Amino acid sequence: MPTPLSASPAAEPLIRARGLVKRFGDFTAVDGIDVEVAPGEAFGFLGPNGAGKSSTMRMIGCVSSPTAGELSILGMDPVRDGARIRARLGVCPQQDNLDVDLTVRENLTTYARYFGLSRREARRRADELLEFVQLADRADSKVEPLSGGMKRRLTIARAMVNEPDLVLLDEPTTGLDPQARHLLWERLFRLKQRGATLVLTTHYMDEAEQLCDRLVVMDGGRIAAEGSPRSLIETYSSPEVVEARFGDAEPAEYAEKLAGIGDRVEALPDRVLVYAADGDAAVAAIHARGLAPSTTLVRRSSLEDVFLHLTGRTLVD
Amino acid sequence: MAATQTPAAERRQVHPTLAVLERQLHLYRRLWQASVFSSFVMPVLFLLSFGIGVGGYVGELGGVDYLAWIVPGVLASVAFQMSVGESTYGVLGDFKWIRGYQAMQATPVRVRDMVGGWLAYMLLRVLIASVVFLGVAALFGALHSPWALATPLVCGLLGLAVCAPTTAFAATIDHDSYFALLFRFVVVPSTLFAGVFFPVEQLPDVVRPLAYLSPLWHGVELCRAATLGTAPGWPALAHLGYLVLWALLGSAWAVAAFGRRLRK
Amino acid sequence: MLTTLLAARLPAVSGARVGAVMGRNVASLRSGPSYWIVLVSGFFEPLLYLLSIGVGVGALIGELRLEDGRVLSYAVFVAPAMLAVSAMTGVLAETTFNFFFKMKYSKTFEAILATPVGPLEVALGELSWAVVRGSFYTAVFIGVMVAMDLVSLGWALAAFPATVLVGFAFGAVGMALSTLMRGWQDFDLLNTGQFALFLFSGTFAPVQAYPLGVEILIQLTPLYHAVELVRGLALGSPGPGLLLNTAYLVAMALAGLLFAARRVERLLCA
Repeated sequence: MPTPLSASPAAEPLIRARGLVKRFGDFTAVDGIDVEVAPGEAFGFLGPNGAGKSSTMRMIGCVSSPTAGELSILGMDPVRDGARIRARLGVCPQQDNLDVDLTVRENLTTYARYFGLSRREARRRADELLEFVQLADRADSKVEPLSGGMKRRLTIARAMVNEPDLVLLDEPTTGLDPQARHLLWERLFRLKQRGATLVLTTHYMDEAEQLCDRLVVMDGGRIAAEGSPRSLIETYSSPEVVEARFGDAEPAEYAEKLAGIGDRVEALPDRVLVYAADGDAAVAAIHARGLAPSTTLVRRSSLEDVFLHLTGRTLVD
Repeated sequence: MAATQTPAAERRQVHPTLAVLERQLHLYRRLWQASVFSSFVMPVLFLLSFGIGVGGYVGELGGVDYLAWIVPGVLASVAFQMSVGESTYGVLGDFKWIRGYQAMQATPVRVRDMVGGWLAYMLLRVLIASVVFLGVAALFGALHSPWALATPLVCGLLGLAVCAPTTAFAATIDHDSYFALLFRFVVVPSTLFAGVFFPVEQLPDVVRPLAYLSPLWHGVELCRAATLGTAPGWPALAHLGYLVLWALLGSAWAVAAFGRRLRK
Repeated sequence: MLTTLLAARLPAVSGARVGAVMGRNVASLRSGPSYWIVLVSGFFEPLLYLLSIGVGVGALIGELRLEDGRVLSYAVFVAPAMLAVSAMTGVLAETTFNFFFKMKYSKTFEAILATPVGPLEVALGELSWAVVRGSFYTAVFIGVMVAMDLVSLGWALAAFPATVLVGFAFGAVGMALSTLMRGWQDFDLLNTGQFALFLFSGTFAPVQAYPLGVEILIQLTPLYHAVELVRGLALGSPGPGLLLNTAYLVAMALAGLLFAARRVERLLCA
């Protein structure tokens, strides 16, 4: 298993989980995971819906108790020291929970007071953060008319109001349009550059590749693989992929005809993937077998391919 | 942002319960004019219509005119209805639609701060409404004793006694249609039969104990004793103790219910 | 003028489409939780009022002498007013709060108007449904009045259609007002208004108990006419004045309906 990129062995981990389990009745949401997150790291939980990411995040956020296993956050026990730990966390939940009847700025100042900040400090932080998330001109507007992307940015600003040691982002860009996502990623990248430790869940590959130094792939409550996006791709996929579509028959039939080209062939419902070190050479090999795909696309391997290899399933949809 | 900085928790300048109260007041700031207006106008209209219109036909009751007799009852029932009314949609909505409690949950605010801050806010609301109403009642000449000045405190206690369990109830349900049932089977019967409009002694023997069960009756008895300068139906301490019991048990239930809901 | 306006539009109204709008409400009610208990308990409230005010306060008053010299028990006097009030509130709950929610938040009407159903049909369907639901309550209430010997069976049957008219009148105006609401806070105003009507419409005491100026003011308000009409029939003493009361309520129903339909059209079909 590849070693973490940015976690230096000397640094005390901010999150340390050993054999962490969460059960709801008979259902096991998290099934014995080991995780360590070092200061300054951007760490991701990648997996489809229902993989156990959000349950893990709720345990890390000290709002849900582990069923079994060890968990230490900022060196403290989340069950005993929940309030003290939460004082140093910033949480951006999956579902927006802004106070829609308050203004944008009031959302930040009110939230700051939950952390015990003085009114002056709360106001100063609010203005600073509104600047950071590019909402300063909307400070006195109500929350309701804001776009989805603006609301998300405000939620992220709110999570920063207590200058947290650790920022938890649960599906930060789910449901946003591409432009809003890119703006958000850019802000989160800035945050990372400023030294914040980020922990995020996502089912978007591009998001994980953009933001995470290191990630774990979760499936069915377990960790299927761990490493940097690059190292995961190197380990579990080939450098390039050919996506071939055939108009006249089921992809599975063609997958058999393509066997032996590249390292591996996968049939999806609508296309065939050929994993190879050299994509163009693979395309040539396909044509050499007398097959004529209606379209071919050569691209670099992504985390989607890692997930497909690890679980035999696609990640989204 | 760096782990070496002094954590925010150690620079705490405000107690989390107070921070929750502050949030409620922030929200209230947009509504207060409408709410004071209605907590002033509604009782005035009621006293005019009922106290004067119906009172003219009733004549005297318990040695005073009917208006003076129902004023303390209406006062207590305003506190009662306000406490129940605000704690239904107000609490469920904060769990279900606004998700304000889920937002607090991610911060150092504990469940007891959420409940405490909310109850403190409702106490303030009830006190303000009671003082306004008392002023109106004084203008009607319906206050017969200086003890009347104690009624806002009684109303505050009555408010807590009903607000706490209602808050707990609202935190346990998932659909607001249960509120219609709460109003129809608890709030409206209490208001109509707990001694606000006519003495509970008129109720049939089988029904009367139900009136005694309602916190409203105890509030009405105390308020009426205060504004008329007479002795309440039971010893004042018994009435007060009963209300305190409701407030304490209700608060404990609310803390448990909030905790359960937020752990889901 | 109103009737010609309506006549000009009515040919376009299809009974089947109005029925479809009502059917949606029935389906949505049935899928809600504890639907029977909410429905059945709907008549419970006016009954409690009747017991508390009619019987409880009535015991303090004893008998009441009306302007025309008739003497009757307070409960007999107040019960028809409670009936009229219940006809008003039962329908208003549906055409204000629920109507507003469907129009503004759940986008129900937007979805309906994307079909061949038109704004006037939506308004008619919603109103009819509200009246059906409200009339269920008033019918039960009338039954209770008969059982308590507060009204004779014959006059009770005569009063029922009057409560249906009251439902249409207040339901239509309530719906029209809902289309003007800016947000939930406006419902506080509506509630205050409704409560004021409840208090000053000759409900609890004959309007003659109030000063002359107040009395005239009361006679201009809608619930007064509803109470007069229902009480006149329930007490078995219909006079020519009831025609005026009826005309007032019919005008309310038509004006409210047309206004609401136009607003729905302006708000959702623009």
